[in-house]
Amino acid sequence: MVEVAQPATGALTSRRRDAGPFVRFIVRLVREKPLGAFGAAIFLLFLACGLLADVVAPHGMNQINPIARLKPPSLQAPLGTDSLGRDMLSRVLYGAQLSVIIGFSAAAIATVISVVLGVLTGYLGGKVDMVVQRFVDAWMSFPDLVLLIVVVSVIGPGMPQVIGLLGLLFGIAGSRIVRGAVISVRENMYVHAAQSTGASTLRILWHHILPNVTPIVIVLFTTRVGAVILAESGLSFIGLGVPPPAPTWGGMLSGAGRVFMYDAPWLALAPGICLTLVVYAVNVFGDALRDLLDPRLRSAP
Amino acid sequence: MAGSMTSPLLQVRGLTVQFRTDRGFVNAVDSVSLNVDAGETLAVVGESGSGKSVTALSLLRLVPSPQGRIVAGEVIFDGQDLLTLDDRQMRAVRGNRIAMIFQEPMSSLNPTLTMGLQVAEPFSIHDGTPWAAALGKAKTLLDRVRIPDSGARLAAYPHQFSGGMRQRVMIAMALACRPRMIIADEPTTALDVTVQAQILDLLKELTQETRSALILITHDLGVVARYADRVCVMYAGRIVETGTARDIYERASHPYTRALMASIPRLDRDTATRLEPIEGYPPSLAQLPPGCAFHPRCRFAADPCGRRVPMLEKIGERHHRACFVDAAV
Repeated sequence: MVEVAQPATGALTSRRRDAGPFVRFIVRLVREKPLGAFGAAIFLLFLACGLLADVVAPHGMNQINPIARLKPPSLQAPLGTDSLGRDMLSRVLYGAQLSVIIGFSAAAIATVISVVLGVLTGYLGGKVDMVVQRFVDAWMSFPDLVLLIVVVSVIGPGMPQVIGLLGLLFGIAGSRIVRGAVISVRENMYVHAAQSTGASTLRILWHHILPNVTPIVIVLFTTRVGAVILAESGLSFIGLGVPPPAPTWGGMLSGAGRVFMYDAPWLALAPGICLTLVVYAVNVFGDALRDLLDPRLRSAP
Repeated sequence: MAGSMTSPLLQVRGLTVQFRTDRGFVNAVDSVSLNVDAGETLAVVGESGSGKSVTALSLLRLVPSPQGRIVAGEVIFDGQDLLTLDDRQMRAVRGNRIAMIFQEPMSSLNPTLTMGLQVAEPFSIHDGTPWAAALGKAKTLLDRVRIPDSGARLAAYPHQFSGGMRQRVMIAMALACRPRMIIADEPTTALDVTVQAQILDLLKELTQETRSALILITHDLGVVARYADRVCVMYAGRIVETGTARDIYERASHPYTRALMASIPRLDRDTATRLEPIEGYPPSLAQLPPGCAFHPRCRFAADPCGRRVPMLEKIGERHHRACFVDAAV
């Protein structure tokens, strides 16, 4: 009895503190999941750099200086310059802006599509599941690249197109993962119990299914952020992404970075390391978030 | 006598529930008829697979579909045939006029929601009570099922409760809208023996307080003796004997009921009496023997048993049984 009572009273004392729920969450994040907090810090740093690129960057993103071409990192250009003499630091900072925007919006669209399709087909089952999932099968059996080339050649390259397309691609494929999770949650006794109290389908989806697939959705989202940033770099490489001279990390990596890999490795290293760091940071933060939000894994304070 | 004057709260007539299996359709529940009077406790007993849980689920039309469906019968509750209601009307009955308590308190509560939200949910569903007020009512309910420190417990999660406490919470949720009838499907099977009696006492006490009828699904004949007013004994999807608890305990007439009684230890019998197991296994529903489903295991089986299915016949004031064998054996 005593050890059962402890968590409840603990929750009460922490509520009595003046701090709001957000501050309390941050405190828990730092105390219980230091690695996750580190990931969040890295990610916020990149986000800030991206948002403030206009202020922070020493040079314009497309400011050409033909005299200082392919210079190694120095005091004037901490990350060196590229084949057109553009300052790499500035380009990486502006790239953060584009990559973070694309990564987040496309992953968000993908997650929403996955959740809506997955929850509906998984919970309703039967004919709805049959019909929708055959469309998903058909969609997934097309090579992504073919689909992208066709669509981009019709509507033209550009950031909104890239975000929408990648969101749709990853979203439809991800609906399978959410659907699988929903099917296993649906069979739980508490879902039957909710039905026996007269709850409507919408209420059951919102109160009983969704909270129990949230851990999977969070992981899905964080892995998608990384995947989208990488996919965008692939698209930029074949000229279907955000068109140059816009400084996306993928574009830098596959453009000048690849051509001058041996003469000027910093051209590939700078965007490459940034890409790795952001993807890593988002992933560890996602893992921490999943653990903190799951009441079953919550340790007694 | 009073029961026959007014119509009962629940009248089930010829309820038949089919499940689709690899070997075709099987009748998990076969022409079951039963009555429950207001405020009465009816125990439905039987072995696993005898159809007692499916009967309970079909009263609320919660039989898992599409594999299972109710193919025939009437479920008349408070003058209304539940099988003819549309989905919305049916939802207004569930948890409001008929509530259900499930077998496994460990998994019947959503692990991601606080107790308060879950106990308050019936108020929000059926009365549209705003959350703040519903939470207040939830606290009162937790007090009624004697959960200590109920205010703090509203913010706790299910994994912080023991099995017995969770079953108390389930009872609280069932009582929320003061239902006319509560169906408890083996409410204590998953609990420690010491907790079982507490939970059943509480359930009985609270249903008497609210004058709710109680259908108690169980395979525990000890529970039946102590808590039930009347008993239905099920075998292979059919009711084989029904009567008052006294009828069943003192004047059990169907060979299956008698065999069940002989297979449990009793304090009021000579300790020298041996317990007698029932020979054989319950039949598979997909391959029921012809005639009376119990006849291959029945020591009294005679000529008509393997050819015709016996119907329920009245043998006492409220005592019925379905058997060809002479009642005097």
